Amino acid sequence: MISLSEIETTVKRASKAAGYSWGVSEETGKCIRLLELFSLPGIKHLNEYFNEKIKSKFENLNRISENNPSINNPYCPISLGVSFLDQINLLENLKKIEFKNVAYPIIFISFISRSSEVIGKKIYVKIDEKKILLNLNVNISSNFIDQEFPKKADTIQVNLLENEDNFNKHEWNNLYKLSENTFVEESDRLKEGAAGAGLTDND
Amino acid sequence: MKIELRSPNKIMKLSRLGSFHQSKLSFLRSFLNEFKEWEYKRDLFDLNKNGFGEAVYSFRKNNRVYSLVCFANEIKDEERSDRVIATKWDAAFTLHDGVPTKKDIVRLKNEVPKQEVGRLSYKELTLSRANKSLRIYNHVVENLSKGKQPDLNLLSKVGYLYRTTAVYGSGKFGLADRFRIKNRKEINGPFRLEMMLVYLVRQFTFDQVNHVAYHKNPKTAVKLDNNICKNLGIGNSTGLGMAPFIVNHPTLLNNWILSRETALKKIREIKNVKSQDSALFLECVKKSLRNITSWNTDSEYQQRKISSLLNDVRKFLNFIDQDFNFESEYPFNRIYQWLEDNTCEECIEYIVSIMMEPYNDIVNPLIKEMSSDEEKYFNIPTYRKVDELRNIIESKYPNILDINFEEKENNKNFWFISKNKEEPRLADRFEEHGSELEQPLAIARDIKKLYIKLLNTKNNLTVAEFLSLNSELRHVVRRAFIVEKFPYSEIQDNTIGKDLMPIDMLRLKLSFFGALKFDPRSDKWLRICMFQGAPLPNELKSYDEQWVYKTNI
Repeated sequence: MISLSEIETTVKRASKAAGYSWGVSEETGKCIRLLELFSLPGIKHLNEYFNEKIKSKFENLNRISENNPSINNPYCPISLGVSFLDQINLLENLKKIEFKNVAYPIIFISFISRSSEVIGKKIYVKIDEKKILLNLNVNISSNFIDQEFPKKADTIQVNLLENEDNFNKHEWNNLYKLSENTFVEESDRLKEGAAGAGLTDND
Repeated sequence: MKIELRSPNKIMKLSRLGSFHQSKLSFLRSFLNEFKEWEYKRDLFDLNKNGFGEAVYSFRKNNRVYSLVCFANEIKDEERSDRVIATKWDAAFTLHDGVPTKKDIVRLKNEVPKQEVGRLSYKELTLSRANKSLRIYNHVVENLSKGKQPDLNLLSKVGYLYRTTAVYGSGKFGLADRFRIKNRKEINGPFRLEMMLVYLVRQFTFDQVNHVAYHKNPKTAVKLDNNICKNLGIGNSTGLGMAPFIVNHPTLLNNWILSRETALKKIREIKNVKSQDSALFLECVKKSLRNITSWNTDSEYQQRKISSLLNDVRKFLNFIDQDFNFESEYPFNRIYQWLEDNTCEECIEYIVSIMMEPYNDIVNPLIKEMSSDEEKYFNIPTYRKVDELRNIIESKYPNILDINFEEKENNKNFWFISKNKEEPRLADRFEEHGSELEQPLAIARDIKKLYIKLLNTKNNLTVAEFLSLNSELRHVVRRAFIVEKFPYSEIQDNTIGKDLMPIDMLRLKLSFFGALKFDPRSDKWLRICMFQGAPLPNELKSYDEQWVYKTNI
């Protein structure tokens, strides 16, 4: 088995050899390591992307906006990912961002996962009809984990989610009530000795 | 009295880092301290009469077991090489997580002797190999077989029976990634499992010579005296492979140096030193003279350093004897100031290391701070502004900005990865090919490039905007934000200049390992000795903590 450390080092070197700067290659190493840690096909797709990159042209995107179509050639998932990661603090205000025509979207997803950790919010991504939830870079869940990941996405929708509960108030209250059974009713004598008791707090 | 930490701009210069010595903070000493209560056992010793075969040694506590699996092989003299390009070694080792099954041993027997071209699994933690110091090994076996102990003069010239030529860990060649085991309390310290491997290998070398000597002449053979064993360590040949590590792990480097600097600061701040503490300090300095006088090297560079160290330590002892009163206030601060004014860097750092000896209460909590979760500091805070980045560089790299990299001598070398052995190398960019494939280890030059670019960039631009136009500087932008938080994370020197001594970078790391007797064989590799004087495994439960200053061969 190849260790994650070997994966990170080799991806970093391979990315440099594929034409990226050392700094971007470091980012790519971290991202592919992350995908492999989550058992997602990072090495496979990066390999295919680098092979295709020799023959085909891919676009960079320096400034991300709400709608980001690439008319002629697909976006490079690495430079798009680095831009997304770098601009996440601004993008947080947009809530919903759309990209058209992105190559090897799973590579881009790894950068979005890291961005989720940076802003401390979950990010929901739709790659055409496939759904992915990025959970603060702690895990990546999707509804097509056992299917082949697409090599190109026509549309990627990125939704930056507000931090909200996953459960309703009733469910929470029920659980809280049960937890109260571990509390002990305090006697009057103990109440009188508690912090602040017996004093006026207007001193 | 409040003492400031020493300035990174002074301490992080290569000549200073290359003068560091082992101390109580060193990893091999903290390893012994951590594992002293563990049960040590030799589980298997299946060698033939010539000493070839397999052995297993373990440390065990509760349900946790670490097992060193050894493979001793027969090789021809002409195949024995300490260079990383070697493909065969006298012995090969791996530290296995748990008790290896018979199936594991069969698997490991096939992979471990191959070293870099073998494949290990997540069940293995570290990997190493070693060659005999033939002149010592043969001499010891010969004498023991005749019922005699070896010649101590000869042993003192080398100090070990075997020397390792690499110790690998953290995911190399399929070994377990550090993250899989990082929550184990007993290895909450850098390189602890590498230290365990080397320590157990040392015991294997003693057992092997005893075994071979016995089979050579069962009637007359005697065992190597325990006191001699104790005074032998394990050698190590180390090349440039180590140098990039300290550049590539900035927060880890910071934590090592910060621990040392914090210890020194706290010791200088002690107002009244107890008499037993000053006595222990002085005893260690005096006894350590033996470590200097028995420090053998053919390197003129190191000989000069040893000579000035010896002179200065004697001068220091003279100063203490004649002019110094430990009952005065802040004595260690006065000592430190005297050292700075009167002795060489080698001596200053030597005495600084020994100052820690009486102070477990200061040193032990710092040992726990010497690891680093580097992932936490990897992301660049791209929302920050260009003027903030420029200010960081101006305040954190003042001397670096003075270097003119247009001058050939300041830009003479480049670091690259050898295609043959996948190891870091250094070459002259004006004489060798390949500088277009330079590794990102010329931090000073690239920081200067970044700074020049920033001078012509609008202040209110965000770092994200700057990076979108200057991707080639991303690796040093990351470093600048790291050094802002971690002042000792960066070597404040030129790592590609004409006068670079790469062994200074190796020495820094090896001093934190706890190595002794640095013996440079060129400006790019050196030999060292580890665990010389250390307690044997069966003595660990109660041993003299200052063993390092009490070797007697």
